[in-house]
Amino acid sequence: MKMKLFAIAALGAFATACASTPPVDDTPPVRNPDPIVEPDTGPVDTGPGYELGSTAHFVEAAGDRVFFGLDRHDLSDEARATLRRQAAWLASYPGARILVAGNCDERGTREYNLALGARRANAARTYLISQGVDPSRISTTSYGKERPSCTQSTEACWAINRNAATTLVGGYTN
Amino acid sequence: MTRPFVLIAALLALIGWTSAATAQEPLRVDVTQGNLDPMPIAVPDFVGVSDEAMRRGADITRVVANDLASSGLFAPVDQDAFIEDIANIDLRPRFSDWRVINADALLVGSVTIQEDGRLVVGFRLWDTRLEEQLLGLQYRTAPENWRRVAHRLADAVYERLTGETGYFNTRIVYVSEGRGIEGEPIRQLALMDQDGANPSFLTDRSYMALLPNYSPSAQEITYVSFLDGQATTYLYNLETGRQEALFASGGAGAASQVDPDGQSLSARFSPDGSELAVSIETRSGHDIHLFDLRTRSLQRLTQHPADDVEPSFSPDGERIVFSSARGGGSQLYVMNRDGTEVQRVTFGSGRYTTPVWSPRGDLIAFTKQVGGQFMLGVVRADGSGIERILYEGYFVDTPAWSPNGRVLLFTRGEQRTNGTRYEIWSVDLAGFNLRRLATGGMASDPAWSPLIE
Repeated sequence: MKMKLFAIAALGAFATACASTPPVDDTPPVRNPDPIVEPDTGPVDTGPGYELGSTAHFVEAAGDRVFFGLDRHDLSDEARATLRRQAAWLASYPGARILVAGNCDERGTREYNLALGARRANAARTYLISQGVDPSRISTTSYGKERPSCTQSTEACWAINRNAATTLVGGYTN
Repeated sequence: MTRPFVLIAALLALIGWTSAATAQEPLRVDVTQGNLDPMPIAVPDFVGVSDEAMRRGADITRVVANDLASSGLFAPVDQDAFIEDIANIDLRPRFSDWRVINADALLVGSVTIQEDGRLVVGFRLWDTRLEEQLLGLQYRTAPENWRRVAHRLADAVYERLTGETGYFNTRIVYVSEGRGIEGEPIRQLALMDQDGANPSFLTDRSYMALLPNYSPSAQEITYVSFLDGQATTYLYNLETGRQEALFASGGAGAASQVDPDGQSLSARFSPDGSELAVSIETRSGHDIHLFDLRTRSLQRLTQHPADDVEPSFSPDGERIVFSSARGGGSQLYVMNRDGTEVQRVTFGSGRYTTPVWSPRGDLIAFTKQVGGQFMLGVVRADGSGIERILYEGYFVDTPAWSPNGRVLLFTRGEQRTNGTRYEIWSVDLAGFNLRRLATGGMASDPAWSPLIE
């Protein structure tokens, strides 16, 4: 029963989470859950399911990345909203630890972007701490422009690549 | 390390030939001007008495001619045009035969293979108009060092004809770029001779390696490694292959002064090789630090809320240039080696990054980004703000000076439908002679070695 309730609640959560999030091409693979008991509260359009506390759950419920403007490392309202959902999720899973990685578009020199990526990761980290996440649960890194999720040389890709991406690195359901 | 070869003597007998006393100027190539009229030089295949010596002679000739041509200052004359057949380099050439094919200079050489297998390579450089020998040298070396000898020989010719130290007997460390089967980025350090020969990898595909820099001894490099999950400054010994993280989180000594979550970026050696200037991240941003390689002590030089990155020493070791967004956009600043007297040296619009101080001291190379364009330029180090753009294109990064300060290597990116293509190109200080470096695939982040002993 627990599983069924979760699936319904989570589906509701993503519908809103996804609407405002640019498409990404590296969504982690979703693990098929154990068979879900037939719902008795009406039909549910089941997309792929996932386990509570998993990366897929985190991505869908909170959103795993926040986006930045050109050459910026300040957080937009939308980025703050995503980070608040991340903080809320992390409050529900107090054992989980995260890595926040700053990423940049390719239209800058290499070391400059490594520094800018670190700024972006730290901006996200600082906000997560302000939302009650214990600093010891957050590590940061910068990939600069070296790990773009979108590899074409287009404005659309560059916008997607200007982000701070949060991944669960421990204490979560695999 | 033993010296790979011995300069026997500068005495391929200065036989005292003198010219017919024409009032011509001696041969001289001006490296300071854009050279649209390279000096024609004839380089017949070096002679040898055995087939093996002749083959090696032809190999050496090819390397020397390629070196000289790559500078843009010399134009090797087509061998098919040669009239005189050089059989003995100790005989006086028929200068008229070389003048008539417009060869201002003539380089003749010979290769002898000793009984112990060692090579003896001798050459004479002639001024065909004054009919004077400009240089005569002989090298002896182990056979496997024949390329080294060829590069040294080309350096000697370059130096005699330009008055500048050469740069052909050098190596280049760079980043070989690619993508793995799952699309993951591959960034491996690679090493090759300046002309692309003898390529090899220094690191494997399991982690990203970026931004190498040479030590003044050419025996070590620094680079930025992702072996530990985030950008960390590493010291890599090219002789032994050993490497160490200098500012790894949780480490002892200097590392304990560094924020465990902070990254450390590209480190450049002081001219005497005893110290590194490096940007290290703290919670308040990136600041320039000085690291003493012997005492392992770390000194913070800048403490500004803005990011200070990309430090590079002046050739006298007294000053450091770096880039910083402290004035708003990223600009270049110079300070004393103790962090005092910070002075801004660029004032143009756009984002200035990647400053590298010229070995001559007067200029600082940079990348400038204005709108959607990137430029490679040089600016005077004196604060006058006078700058010159050498190249402009879709993308520019990581300039690296030749040891004589006359040529720059840089990363050049071209927009392609499947992403940007990165290659290493060279350009001379006047903005001429743009050439692609002979790397295998995609390449970036060139580091140019000092002249190899």
